Amino acid sequence: MTRIVIVGASVGGVKTAQGLRSGGFDGEIVVVEKEDVAHPYDKPPLSKAYLTSPDDLGAIRLIDQEDLAAIDASWRFGVAATGLDPAAKELLLEDGERLAYDALVIATGSRARTSPWGEGPGIHVLRTTADAHALRSALQPGRRLVIVGGGFIGAEVAATARKAGVDVTIVDPLPAPMSRVLNEDVGRIFLDKHAAEGVRTRFGTGVDGVERVGRELEVRLSDGERITADALLVGIGAVVNTEWLEGSGLVVDNGIVTDGRLRAIGAADVFVVGDVCRWQHEDGSGSTRLEHWTSAADQARLVAHNLLSPAEARAYVPVEYVWSDQYDWKIQVVGRTGSAESQLIGDPAHDRFAVVYSDGARVTGAVIVNWPRALIAARRAVADRGDADALVTMLTEITAKAPAPVVS
Amino acid sequence: MTAIVKADLGACQGYANCVVGASDYFDIDDDGVVVLLQTDVPDAELTRVEEAARSCPVSALKVIRG
Repeated sequence: MTRIVIVGASVGGVKTAQGLRSGGFDGEIVVVEKEDVAHPYDKPPLSKAYLTSPDDLGAIRLIDQEDLAAIDASWRFGVAATGLDPAAKELLLEDGERLAYDALVIATGSRARTSPWGEGPGIHVLRTTADAHALRSALQPGRRLVIVGGGFIGAEVAATARKAGVDVTIVDPLPAPMSRVLNEDVGRIFLDKHAAEGVRTRFGTGVDGVERVGRELEVRLSDGERITADALLVGIGAVVNTEWLEGSGLVVDNGIVTDGRLRAIGAADVFVVGDVCRWQHEDGSGSTRLEHWTSAADQARLVAHNLLSPAEARAYVPVEYVWSDQYDWKIQVVGRTGSAESQLIGDPAHDRFAVVYSDGARVTGAVIVNWPRALIAARRAVADRGDADALVTMLTEITAKAPAPVVS
Repeated sequence: MTAIVKADLGACQGYANCVVGASDYFDIDDDGVVVLLQTDVPDAELTRVEEAARSCPVSALKVIRG
């Protein structure tokens, strides 16, 4: 194998390249990235500290200069892939080039779902550094921001904006923040936190429309309320970047469908990592697509291995992991959460707690806030499908021995 | 040649991806900061420890090859 081409220079693409090199690949690596950036950057900080800190792309580098140089790849920033010819083993680029590959790794990610209420000045989405820079200018003390969507992005931006003194309202038809992932009861813990931090919360309410009145935006809610805002952030999910593969023969079904080892169905020597990867479980239990940083990194490592050691190719079997920073809460979500079988350990009022989710017997997932010991125990229990009662008992005992300090 | 693992304690956010990758090298203390259980990485362990270090979301860990 002499040339591996990677499409996308975010976490999935970069970590694949890094894994190939450290695994001993001595051929050519070409990374094609449609965003015209100087250096691969990391996306999680964009909704957190980066949003209100000085404009320093160096602070959110995905990889340092030394490690980037060690990858020894040709980086083609600012060039979009526009098509794929798997029979000829060529990637088509927007500048007309047909880039030949021996193996291709697709890591084109997803983009923010655009506003159904119109676009233009004051209406934001958040996915790229350009989006973050535009939103940053709206986050001035006393300015009014309405966030539509109480998922992770919306909840994080609400926290970051409140800390900057912005007047924030969150609107979502669901009953509580992140409730789609955490379940309604657990979501309410976070609803209370946002309310206590001064966010106006309008959950269980949709948006009917947004109108411009002079320089202001008037947001009409489904219950008739009207909220005047200086800026609107639309955080209603992501859409996979797969349109460029139309006609390629790859199977696209809300993501590029792969086998359990992340090889694309319908094309030899094409692998998929990150948000665009919809892999079929080897046990026949359907397919999954994840949009997490850690999944992309894990998939990248696996694909590098599977490319270099096809005879020992492994299947992707994740333990999901997501983190979020909101106010003084470090929130960590492990495994599959959201089932109704959940138990709270500790007290959210003391800013340290855990929620253990189970299938009735075994641990399936957990949410941890400001509690490192519980995080380690939960990650282990989820990976081992440990006994839920045992984990709850253990965490309860730790709490009894060392109650969390009351944060004033 | 032995490699050495180094941690940037100020950068660490306690995500614990490293602990999942190599619990014989990394732990997290009660303040959510990484603890190096050992720092010398023999050749046979290099790939595994390097992968665990690279799984850090804030690049707080680095394996320096000797």
